[in-house]
Amino acid sequence: MWRRIWALIIKEFFAIWNDKRSRAVIIVPPLIQLMVFGYAATFDVSHVATAIYNEDRGVAASKLVARFAGSPAFHVVYHLDAQRQIAQKIDSRAVSLVIHIGPTFTRDLLTGRPATIQAIVDGRESNTALIILGYVNQIVENFDQSWSLQTHQPLPPARLVTRYWFNPNLQSRWFIIPGIVALLSMVVTIVVTALTIAREREVGTFEQLLVTPFSPLEILIGKSLPALAIGVSEGTFIILAAVLWFHVPLRGSVGLLYAGLLLYILAVIGIGLMVSSLARTQQQAMLGAFLFVVPAVILSGFATPIANMPHFIQTITLANPMRYFLVVVRGLFLEDLPAKVVLAQLWPMAVIAVLTLSGASWLFRHRTS
Amino acid sequence: MRPGDPSFAVVPEQGSGSAGLRLFGLVYKEALQIIRDPSSIAIAFVLPIILLLLFGYGVSLDAKHVPLGLVVESPSPKTSDFAAALSHSEYFQIDRLSDRRLAVAAMLSGRINGIIVLRSDFARKLYSASGAPIQAIINGTDANTARIISGYVQGAWQTWLIHYGLDHGHSISAPVSVDQRMWFNPDIRSRNFLIPGLIAIIMTLIGTLLTALVVAREWERGTMEALLVTPVRIDEILLGKLIPYFVLGMGGMAISTGMAVWVFGVPFRGSVLALITISSLFMLAALGMGLLISTLARSQFVAGQVAIIIAFLPAFILSGFIFDIASMPAAVQFLTHVIPARYFVAALQSLFLAGTLWQVLFSNSIALAIMALVFLGVTRMRTRKALE
Repeated sequence: MWRRIWALIIKEFFAIWNDKRSRAVIIVPPLIQLMVFGYAATFDVSHVATAIYNEDRGVAASKLVARFAGSPAFHVVYHLDAQRQIAQKIDSRAVSLVIHIGPTFTRDLLTGRPATIQAIVDGRESNTALIILGYVNQIVENFDQSWSLQTHQPLPPARLVTRYWFNPNLQSRWFIIPGIVALLSMVVTIVVTALTIAREREVGTFEQLLVTPFSPLEILIGKSLPALAIGVSEGTFIILAAVLWFHVPLRGSVGLLYAGLLLYILAVIGIGLMVSSLARTQQQAMLGAFLFVVPAVILSGFATPIANMPHFIQTITLANPMRYFLVVVRGLFLEDLPAKVVLAQLWPMAVIAVLTLSGASWLFRHRTS
Repeated sequence: MRPGDPSFAVVPEQGSGSAGLRLFGLVYKEALQIIRDPSSIAIAFVLPIILLLLFGYGVSLDAKHVPLGLVVESPSPKTSDFAAALSHSEYFQIDRLSDRRLAVAAMLSGRINGIIVLRSDFARKLYSASGAPIQAIINGTDANTARIISGYVQGAWQTWLIHYGLDHGHSISAPVSVDQRMWFNPDIRSRNFLIPGLIAIIMTLIGTLLTALVVAREWERGTMEALLVTPVRIDEILLGKLIPYFVLGMGGMAISTGMAVWVFGVPFRGSVLALITISSLFMLAALGMGLLISTLARSQFVAGQVAIIIAFLPAFILSGFIFDIASMPAAVQFLTHVIPARYFVAALQSLFLAGTLWQVLFSNSIALAIMALVFLGVTRMRTRKALE
């Protein structure tokens, strides 16, 4: 039996590998994507194009302006001298932030009256805008502290000391790159599996395969193992790149990480094969794969947290294997997640894998054209 | 057509009347194919509805009810004041824990996103010169969420300070305060900027995938070669493919816009004419990209893979929809210029939230028009070459 399966596996490998273009599709785009997304997908905002409208000639105002100009988060590109220029610069997206310091700023500060500056941000991208406002508050807070010290004003009775665990400098790259392990290994695996059966159905060789002595289980293994090998190699490659190239710390157990990766890829293969055996044509299979990949990525917590989603959507995400693997891969990379927590993510993936793989092998026989 | 007549193959020029008729014939044939296979119509009309509903509700950057652990080492009236300030915030869901070790375990298991610790000397140190420390430990794995939580904690701390000052008869206010104005989206609804971006992604998906697969199928089955040897000109073949899918895509666009406004309550402040213009240009670019992919790939297998990899993922990550383009490294920023979705996202965000701003629309329209011309031009060249 195993010799037969082995022959089937070899045949599947050849089917993918011997076509120059499909071979290229498996190797080249993931490489490029890893590099591009690794650098591009970041929530860290830097060099925010900033305009300063300073109506005050006093010392305090120029000190505050110097703090903005000196911060790597901001890039002061314009100094404005009229109110109406603010709208011009923001509307045309020339700047994302305008700091407006009124004419009485230094006087208010020196006489102990509350001094106010205005921070205007472009809300067309609220997320960036919120981050920018956070930076502005940080700078003003530092300014306040040194001002209070210099002028011997009382400090607040309690101070907030914030520490970030696991990612002390809040580099979102550390969060995104482990996510890319999940993203790209899923995309490659689904693309490889979704078309295997549909292609054979279209050409008619799948019917031939069904009349050979192969049992559905053997066909399932023969179709799954090559995809498993491809998916796991893809994952391994990205894990290596994350550690060696992007220097993301890998703090957790590698064994657990691979247990997660294997179950995850198996679950994805199951979904891919189910889509493939449901489809009548390659086009339908491709669309099916697409219809799975797009929501699976967006509703996985890859870019936006699942906790922010409404409850019914959160319930839907329970069927998404990427959701579980993201917790595993991010947790093991950054947090050294305890085995108990990892296991709580592994079993749902195992359930999805078993259900979808057995569903696929049932469909092999029961859906014939 | 009379394929048996050799004179047809060598006479490329036909009268304009028959060219129009041929084009009509091609469009009609394509339209019939679309109507007979309802999956294309489903892609154009049902897909945007499902995707927008799913993503519109699913994608949100607004964190509320963030689970936080609170550890008070020696409870006193002073500490319960602060605890109350935290609990009253709608941003938090406070879980009181008796000691730090329990809190750390809860954070590792993912039950809470952060820990606030009031140490045993909190009440005593309130009157000291250095002030009492309030320790906030936030799980920084998700850096973006961590930053948002940190901002909320700071807000709660400042609110508490003001109340504390009022209770003790002296005002505690920072020397400088920031008056924050978020233009175009004063309620800070992330949905308002995410949904226009999502529309751009969904339209990329529909436009590129539809044409990529359909034309690749014709190449695979050999019907494309069959078409090419008829007197039909290449331009006519391409237009015959473009027109029906353009109509389908614009229909999908209309549905998406309607849903954004009436289902999700995103304001639409620009002009409808500007929206139609920029959407048409974008549709042409997306369809052109799909045509080019299928012409180069020639097989549905490869075309589908390439469409996912070069159309969907870059539209998602490099379009400025979620990740800020200005913060990317220069080389990646350069690369974003060849992603049609980038221009469409910028234009849609302005049209929906700000209005018809010609400075924004003009440059983005020009960019999309150039991309459409390049994609369609290269497709035309490659199609002719393929005949040799």
